[in-house]
Amino acid sequence: MAAVMMAAATIACAVEVDPAVLEAQQARIDAIRRATPAAVSIFAGESGGGSGVLLTRDGYAATNFHVVQSAGPAVTCGLADGRLYDAVLVGIDPTGDLAVVRLLGRDDFPVAVPADSDRVQVGDECFAIGNPFLLGTDLQPSVSAGIVSGVHRYQFPAGTILEYTDCLQVDAAINPGNSGGGLFDAAGRLIGINGRASFEKRGRVNVGAGYAISANQVRNFLGGLRSGRLCDHATLGARVATAVDGRVVVSDILESSDAWRRGLRYDDEIVSLAGRPVRTVNAFKNVLGILPAGWQVPLVIRRDGRRQDLLVRLDAVHSPAKLAALAGGDAAEEPRRAGGDEPEVPAAVRDVYARRAGFANHHFNAVERDRVAAGLAAVRDGLPNGPWVLAGRIAAGGEFRIELSDATASIDLPTGTSTLAGDDEFDRQPLPPGSGGLLPALVLWRRLVIEGPAAVGQTIFWGTAPRHPAAFVAGASADLVDVLESAVAGVVARFGVDASGRVVWIDLWTSPDGDPCELRFTWPVGDAAGGMPASIDARYAGEPFATLLLDAASAAESPQ
Amino acid sequence: MIRFREAVIVALLAVRIGNAADEPSPQFVAATAARSVVKIYGAGGLRGLEAYQSGIILSPDGRIATAMSTVLDSEGIDCVLDDGRRFEATLVGVDPRRELAVLSIDATDLPAAVPAEGRAAAGTRVLAVSNLFGVAVGDERASVQRGVIATVVPLEARRGAADAPYTGTVYVFDFTTNNPGSPGGAVVDSRGRLLGMIGKELRSSAGGIWLNYALPIDEVLAGCEAIVAGGGTTATAAAAPPFDLKLLGIVFVPDLLDRTPPFVEAVLPGSAATRAGLASDDLLIAVGGRAVGSRAAVERAVGAIPAGDPVRLSVIRAGTVVDCDLGPRPAAVDRIAPQESVP
Repeated sequence: MAAVMMAAATIACAVEVDPAVLEAQQARIDAIRRATPAAVSIFAGESGGGSGVLLTRDGYAATNFHVVQSAGPAVTCGLADGRLYDAVLVGIDPTGDLAVVRLLGRDDFPVAVPADSDRVQVGDECFAIGNPFLLGTDLQPSVSAGIVSGVHRYQFPAGTILEYTDCLQVDAAINPGNSGGGLFDAAGRLIGINGRASFEKRGRVNVGAGYAISANQVRNFLGGLRSGRLCDHATLGARVATAVDGRVVVSDILESSDAWRRGLRYDDEIVSLAGRPVRTVNAFKNVLGILPAGWQVPLVIRRDGRRQDLLVRLDAVHSPAKLAALAGGDAAEEPRRAGGDEPEVPAAVRDVYARRAGFANHHFNAVERDRVAAGLAAVRDGLPNGPWVLAGRIAAGGEFRIELSDATASIDLPTGTSTLAGDDEFDRQPLPPGSGGLLPALVLWRRLVIEGPAAVGQTIFWGTAPRHPAAFVAGASADLVDVLESAVAGVVARFGVDASGRVVWIDLWTSPDGDPCELRFTWPVGDAAGGMPASIDARYAGEPFATLLLDAASAAESPQ
Repeated sequence: MIRFREAVIVALLAVRIGNAADEPSPQFVAATAARSVVKIYGAGGLRGLEAYQSGIILSPDGRIATAMSTVLDSEGIDCVLDDGRRFEATLVGVDPRRELAVLSIDATDLPAAVPAEGRAAAGTRVLAVSNLFGVAVGDERASVQRGVIATVVPLEARRGAADAPYTGTVYVFDFTTNNPGSPGGAVVDSRGRLLGMIGKELRSSAGGIWLNYALPIDEVLAGCEAIVAGGGTTATAAAAPPFDLKLLGIVFVPDLLDRTPPFVEAVLPGSAATRAGLASDDLLIAVGGRAVGSRAAVERAVGAIPAGDPVRLSVIRAGTVVDCDLGPRPAAVDRIAPQESVP
């Protein structure tokens, strides 16, 4: 290639070159120039290294799980500016072969600009930037150009991890060491994270078949990765197969799955999942593989010729213990006592690393939780610190009145009154009857809003999830919100919190294997901080419980 | 039957490929070329032998060119089209010299490839479209790679210890075209015109390196036309009763597969085969100028020759094709000829 370009340069002196050729060449040079500063060369000591790509100004960079798998909490990263940076492990997704590290020491790192990877077409120009064969000892990344060979590819996992779903296939050279580096489009925008290649009889070198995790998949997992939690992938709890007539049908299903409880059955045809049409088993695996465990997404099925819309909550592929074992290293174990043989945490990352079971690094969970708490605090002004009264109409008829205070909570519905006293164990009080826990969910909501995450028990930053699960469509425009998870008084609650600091939904479980009470908040359009939602939609076990339409005066009045 | 050239004209009328000034986009060319490539599934899956490869639709009525390989050694060969439709294919015949095979599927209005006129020169930019590594399944599009014709030279290659039978001209590329699953795939130019067919995985005789090459389209079409014009090895000869080649003094290797290659294991002393110069390890590739791909096909082809007519066999020996004249075909007899009692 270089020879060809040199020849072209020589000819340029002698003959007139088509301006279009020169323009294309300049465009390519510009794109590489734009993309290169965000390229990271990762050196992980004895366990090797690889590549990465910077995503945020404050140093969060994506790479592959298999690059940092054996590296411990600290790696050294080089940028094309010629400088080395200490970096700390933030989060991992062993199943999807993703990891996030944070480079330390700057808040003005160059970043890659992501593009919508679902718009990538076969034949598009692309280039990979990385550290193949760990050649970048001078910290200058290598660039390999090619075209997109395939889109929405499925590559089988190794065991249950390193599964590449819905990935991009390229003929740009992807060699060992390119792992974790960016794949860019012709404009220099990030479309994927390179991580895998087909190798066979010619040895472990590029044969023109490399694979990249799509930028859209990275977007779905980024919240979970930044939480420091061990991220897991999703299962529907059902297997699908191709029927003789080509339809994709349920061939097996776990009765313990949410999908079963929502009504999915053997032989149901899968029409779409998370807004993406499913016409082959691979297409099903592809869309499932880009979704994190725990998300609630739409599932459309056809049974006896009739279309049905379900809303299913995706289970985790692995048990927490299995996931920890796959993650390896520190994440698998509880912290050991001081004086034990705990491996030394390098001094460079000691302040930004915290060992804890179930986490790659708990430090960043506290960072993210505090960030969301700050958002909640910003909308606290204007809300009474004392008791709240919510009153209004029920969409289906009748009126309601809810009183929430530190000591008690009550709800008046046409069907009766329910009361909760103080710190009652909520799991025994899924009140009002049939709601799955509407009242405790509202109690926790009030506490979270006026007192912050510390007031609702053990609270972690869970990651991100769809703002509107029922309307969720997987892709670059997916609307995601931050999620806090609290465990208190026998219940587990998740709060979806949008960028303005408003709670947009709550899921509350009074039993770990049961269905949660689901509250969906609608906020008045254009309303500034403070105030109350316009409505709260409560559902339980796939059925609507009540839609509460709040009076404008709610929460402002003082109860007697 | 539609001849290939006519099919080409039909396809040219059907597909608008732009004029010299406005070349179609690479994305358009990739998509168009991929519609003419099929994924083929057959025998294999053991010891590095893939059970899948690629093929090129040559005519709208279902003629498909592919590489002659063990994948086709199966009673059931499946072709999956770009749109995901799956067809069971019939093996029309093979050209053992070019290692080429023609399949037929029962379909119409297929998007046939548009062959280029003449040979392309070194330096031509190309796209290779194939079922490499079997990555694409169902309606997923075949994989597309980009590169340049590095040189146009005679093939000097081997597979294992044996020399490759084809020694004619091939395109050699600067990128890895000949991966598992790629044989039978299409190489097209920047307008999507078919330049050649990706060949089987072979190493260079000189250096032992894996070759990235394709059979030029004129060779592909010539081979396919001969196969089809010859009626194929399995089509016309199928009706004839099989003839026991031991009557001519030929002992084949044991018939273990659906399509055991007709290798000569031994030649009986004093037989017509000995007189004609046949030797053990010869690979029989044609009977009376018609390609044969299996031991069963040889037996049927010889059975189709009337008793008393000359039997002319073509074999591959040490990489070259040798013609042998075995004289008049004896009448078929039920009992074994006396020559068989070997000392």
